[in-house]
Amino acid sequence: MKARVPSLILHRLLIAALTLLIVSFAVYFATSMLPGDTATILLGQSATPEAIAGLRKAMNLDEPAILRFLKWIGGLFRGELGTSYANNMPVAALIGDRLLNTLKLAGLTTIIAVPLALTLGITSAMRRGTLYDRIVTVATVGVISVPEFVIATSAVLLFAVYLRWLPALSLTGDAHGLMGMLRVYAMPVITLTFGVSAQMIRMSRAAVIETLNTPYVEMALLKGASQSRLVLRHALPNALGPIVNAVALSLSYLLGGVIIVETIFNYPGVAKLMVDAVSTRDLPLIQSCAMIFCVGYLLLVTAADVIAILSNPRLR
Amino acid sequence: MSPIVQIRDLKVEARTDSGRRVAIIKGVSLDVAEGEVMAFIGESGSGKTTVAMTLLGYARPGCWIAGGEVRVDGVDMAALPEKERARIRGTKVAYVPQSAAAAFNPAIPIMEQVIEVTRIHRLMPPEEARRKAVELFRALSLPDPDHIGDRYPHQVSGGQLQRLAAAMALIGDPKVVVFDEPTTALDVTTQVEVLRAFKTVTRKHRIACVYVSHDLAVVAQIADRITVLKGGEIQECGTTTDILERPQHPYTRQLLDAFRPAPHARAVLTDDAPLLHVNGLSVGYGPPGANGKPLVLAVESVSLTVRQGTNVGIIGESGSGKSTLARAIAGILPACGGDILFDGRELWDSARKRSRDQLRQLQIVFQHADTALNPAKSIEQILGRPLTFYHGLRGKARDARIDSLLDMVHLPRALRHRRPGELSGGQKQRVNVARALAAEPKLILCDEITSALDTVVAAAVVDLLKELQRELGLSYVFISHDLSVIEAICDEIIVMHRGRMVEAITPSARQQPKHPYTRLLFSSVPKLDPTWLDGLDPQSERMQAASGG
Repeated sequence: MKARVPSLILHRLLIAALTLLIVSFAVYFATSMLPGDTATILLGQSATPEAIAGLRKAMNLDEPAILRFLKWIGGLFRGELGTSYANNMPVAALIGDRLLNTLKLAGLTTIIAVPLALTLGITSAMRRGTLYDRIVTVATVGVISVPEFVIATSAVLLFAVYLRWLPALSLTGDAHGLMGMLRVYAMPVITLTFGVSAQMIRMSRAAVIETLNTPYVEMALLKGASQSRLVLRHALPNALGPIVNAVALSLSYLLGGVIIVETIFNYPGVAKLMVDAVSTRDLPLIQSCAMIFCVGYLLLVTAADVIAILSNPRLR
Repeated sequence: MSPIVQIRDLKVEARTDSGRRVAIIKGVSLDVAEGEVMAFIGESGSGKTTVAMTLLGYARPGCWIAGGEVRVDGVDMAALPEKERARIRGTKVAYVPQSAAAAFNPAIPIMEQVIEVTRIHRLMPPEEARRKAVELFRALSLPDPDHIGDRYPHQVSGGQLQRLAAAMALIGDPKVVVFDEPTTALDVTTQVEVLRAFKTVTRKHRIACVYVSHDLAVVAQIADRITVLKGGEIQECGTTTDILERPQHPYTRQLLDAFRPAPHARAVLTDDAPLLHVNGLSVGYGPPGANGKPLVLAVESVSLTVRQGTNVGIIGESGSGKSTLARAIAGILPACGGDILFDGRELWDSARKRSRDQLRQLQIVFQHADTALNPAKSIEQILGRPLTFYHGLRGKARDARIDSLLDMVHLPRALRHRRPGELSGGQKQRVNVARALAAEPKLILCDEITSALDTVVAAAVVDLLKELQRELGLSYVFISHDLSVIEAICDEIIVMHRGRMVEAITPSARQQPKHPYTRLLFSSVPKLDPTWLDGLDPQSERMQAASGG
């Protein structure tokens, strides 16, 4: 019995590593297939064929694709993300600050969204069928159905244009002191919280309701346990697996899916960097950003799996 | 002294899926005295569990107490607010669930759950509660009482969990304990020990018990008085001996009759070649190991012979491999050794390789009609499919045949347009049998087809099978854990234990089984005699006496 958990966890980690390899393969070749030749784009349409051929040789673009892929993967392992085509800076340097910014935004959103969503989800499960539950359900369904850019632009209209409480753009340079931080982060964090909470509320409510309907919760009720004891002690530990997975899936969105929010608020994060890289066909940058999103996603999902395994005494 | 439980004109209502309000308990009144064991007996849907649960002031979701009084130790549980009820649950009234395996939280160690009542109601410090729990474990004759509480629910057996659930109910020194079919999910050999443990402990502490069951013989062992319920009303209430010996109500008589099945008239044995001959069959699960055998052998070299027009019963407790054997004969689960001869010809181990005619002649009926019948199809479609598949019947010919099949299993013809979900458990099982008959088989494998049914309904299904046999000359391989059902229909009984065939015996010779396990199994089947349990030796002694003799 005891030896199963390490082997299960190891299994998950191996699968994660394998997935990452497959994803890197897909990312590399998908970006390579983007229309247009890199050398042509860099040199412009008026470039002579000789100049293009020279550049291709200099950038090793004439080598077979599989060889370039292996070189690229090898580079990733050594921490060399390559050089940006657009401005000849190391990709690592370009990404460094941006990644930090994205993580800051994601972290702040997590701190607010996860407790909020779980509280709402669990309490509405406890009072299912009541007015409170219906209001939460209607609100979450409403929020899910409204696209993020609508929420973001409405927030800008309301807080920046009419009320003039907050700046319309989130320039991290202005984040001095607590008030400065608040002013810069308030709107993107609110927008993202709306987006990621809805899913977590729905999932945690469903998971808790499912466990509340089990015979062991009825048994606890017949032992005289209070509502909160039923939920916190008996239902929640058994609903942990699905809840953690829902949280991980929602949070993974914060790493890669924030393109709209970062663009609207002009926030200098990785997602915006990637969008800019696409418009300049800066392949090394696109590839590195995509890989960062994938790693983040895999980390979260694998962590959720490991927590689900550890929380199940049948596997311990 | 006034009785500890007084129920007066209790009414419980429920809301159906369509929003209609229906009365499920229609004015029940009864008393239970201190230290008395009152049994509620009736078929499923009779409301016996619903009434018992109102003692805890509880009605299952969708139901509510609509009127009347449920006084426990002077307090009306029906009138109390939820908070006050919670204070009484676990301390004055406790509950032992039907399936302890489902009622224990899988994520919490057993001891924590057993002493939870003392934590919730702050009855005693945890250390003291643990000592008390260990004492209870000992009194309930659980193995390793000092450490069994450290385990998780999935690490102990079903019979042990059921006793642990009793300990969980008794930890708060309740005055009344509600037992909700606590032994229904157990094997007979386990059931005896669990019953004995319950009886000893509750009698010692003079605890009043409400014991819900559909098994009259079990109830006879433990109850002082019996209340017979049907359709949410009390049909009859009296002392155990009164009910058993002088039943007044027709339903009570029906229950008793179902328990005394007419003994099976042994078929005249012919010297015909056997219909089915199974020789040294082994079946297992998992990938093949080094010796070419599967990882786990569920059936090990079992041989049996079924002659035309006779029935063979296979009995054994859960995990003995009896269902696996049936699946192997049917070709659902290919055997890994031995061979099967049917009608003189060897059968392939996998149903896929058998000819259509071989498939037709050997049919299987599964235990749960609920899962065996496609809920999205009408009865007509369910019965029509094998008719088209095996006999190529279509249109009017098929319709006529469906009608005659419904007649055969005594179902009204109008039922053909319904779906399985609209039928009762007994009706569904009849459809299940009719589907096998549609193929016009020579042999039907019946895998626990009566175990999900109430006593009276099960007896009717067995009668139906006998009748069909007389008319159609069928043979059955009848698998069950219930000896009385097997005796009612079989010419030969095969006893299985841990995947092996222990003994083959005829019902007439069942008083003199040779193998110790057979003796243990047969002696564990409860009898209607209320003194049976008290007169029975403990399991260990019976095992020893059996092996010594």
